[in-house]
Amino acid sequence: MIKAQNIVKSFEGRTVLKDISVEFGTGQTNLIIGRSGSGKTVLLKSLVGLHEVDEGSIFYDDVCFSTLDFRARKAIRKHVGMIFQGGALLDASTVEENVKLPLDLFTEQSEEEKRERVNLCLKRVNMEHAHHLYPSELSGGMVKRAAIARAIVMNPRYLFCDEPNSGLDPQTSIVIDNLISDITKEYNITTIINTHDMNSVMEIGEKIVFIYEGEKWWEGSKDDILHADNRELADFVFASAMAKRAKAAVK
Amino acid sequence: MLKLFESIGEYVLLMQKVFSRPEKMAIYRRRIMHEMEALGLNSIGLTAIISVFIGCAVTLQMAITLESPFIPKFMIGYATREVMILEFSSTVVALILAGKVGSNIASEIGTMRITEQIDALEIMGVNSASYLILPKIVATVFFFPFLAIFSMLIGISGGYGIAELTGIMNPVEYIDGLRYCFYPDEITYALTKMVFFAFFITSISAYCGYYAKGNSLEVGKASTKAVVISSIVIMICNLVLTQIIRT
Repeated sequence: MIKAQNIVKSFEGRTVLKDISVEFGTGQTNLIIGRSGSGKTVLLKSLVGLHEVDEGSIFYDDVCFSTLDFRARKAIRKHVGMIFQGGALLDASTVEENVKLPLDLFTEQSEEEKRERVNLCLKRVNMEHAHHLYPSELSGGMVKRAAIARAIVMNPRYLFCDEPNSGLDPQTSIVIDNLISDITKEYNITTIINTHDMNSVMEIGEKIVFIYEGEKWWEGSKDDILHADNRELADFVFASAMAKRAKAAVK
Repeated sequence: MLKLFESIGEYVLLMQKVFSRPEKMAIYRRRIMHEMEALGLNSIGLTAIISVFIGCAVTLQMAITLESPFIPKFMIGYATREVMILEFSSTVVALILAGKVGSNIASEIGTMRITEQIDALEIMGVNSASYLILPKIVATVFFFPFLAIFSMLIGISGGYGIAELTGIMNPVEYIDGLRYCFYPDEITYALTKMVFFAFFITSISAYCGYYAKGNSLEVGKASTKAVVISSIVIMICNLVLTQIIRT
């Protein structure tokens, strides 16, 4: 479980997150949605500790993460996986080296054990034949899948995904979404996904938090979202004319 | 002025992070070897080409300038040796390496910053500053003095070659000049300077890249900034070290 309590974050006098309190459950796919510039990436980066919050607290299970020092955070971070928008694979390393890096640095496993673990993770994301390819040789979908393999190689308890299907075609997006959702269930992870892709919301959104102008505006499930009585949320979810027609048809 | 002190403070804090205890020595050893190849071995060609031509040019210039019946010919070899050892193979080669290696380091680390690769390392619990910068510093501090020795040898050989080819002087006199008043301390002085230059080139360039923000345009700016600041620091450092060691 990850919990944010009254968090506030400002940049150069501009408040980006305004007193947000939210709880993300274990074993479920939690989605943060909102328009571009609404503060959802800042919220995700604050939760993971890449931004320090100005006020409020962040809890990882019962541990108050926001008050920990670098060393104590490091211990927690070994249980954290993150998938970045662009994949963030190390350019100078092959897919195999990228996935193996956390094992090299933080485990005492033998080369054989590490190779087995890497193979297992790459197989899980259907990348078993891409061991020796460099990130520049991969397609967008393959980069995301390799990033997922790297994120799960240490058996994380918490998984953060920053727009995991941005720049992907709708079919590949669904494959990535389902992969993340399946891994969440399989390993009983607390997964938080930052997205503005409505397909993802409808496909895997077990808990959805809508951020509007830096505030938590609404929360619920994918079933609730269709019937939510909230104008800003409705404007965001049913932005296109086709979506509006679909909503009217459902009603 | 305040910004300058802010930057110096930021640089010192980064170095503190860089020289903290590495996660796993074996990984760092592997990375140091890789960096030695990327930053050191790959600079041999450039160093050789520039050194040989400068060696030739210095010998020719000396031959023209010292054209006098009162100055013995071997002084041309002596002057070439002094120029190559004392200033060219350490200071000028360092300036050239600041351009090649410095911009390479700044753009590599800068690109890693803007594409969130550094954030990815931090999330894994890796000390990104130490993991990325320390192997580069160790590699250059160890390898650049070898480049300086290599440059001295190639430059002086270039001078010999041009003397032989053009017939401006007897090569035997050139060798006599190389042996004249030779103090091995001069080599020590040049190598000491190179160790300092290597550290500053690498650490300053890494600093510029590590704190790059924004897009590829900013990475380009960081790269330029790295070369400019490194070059200025090399010149100041050269002056200070010369004053300390040679007087």
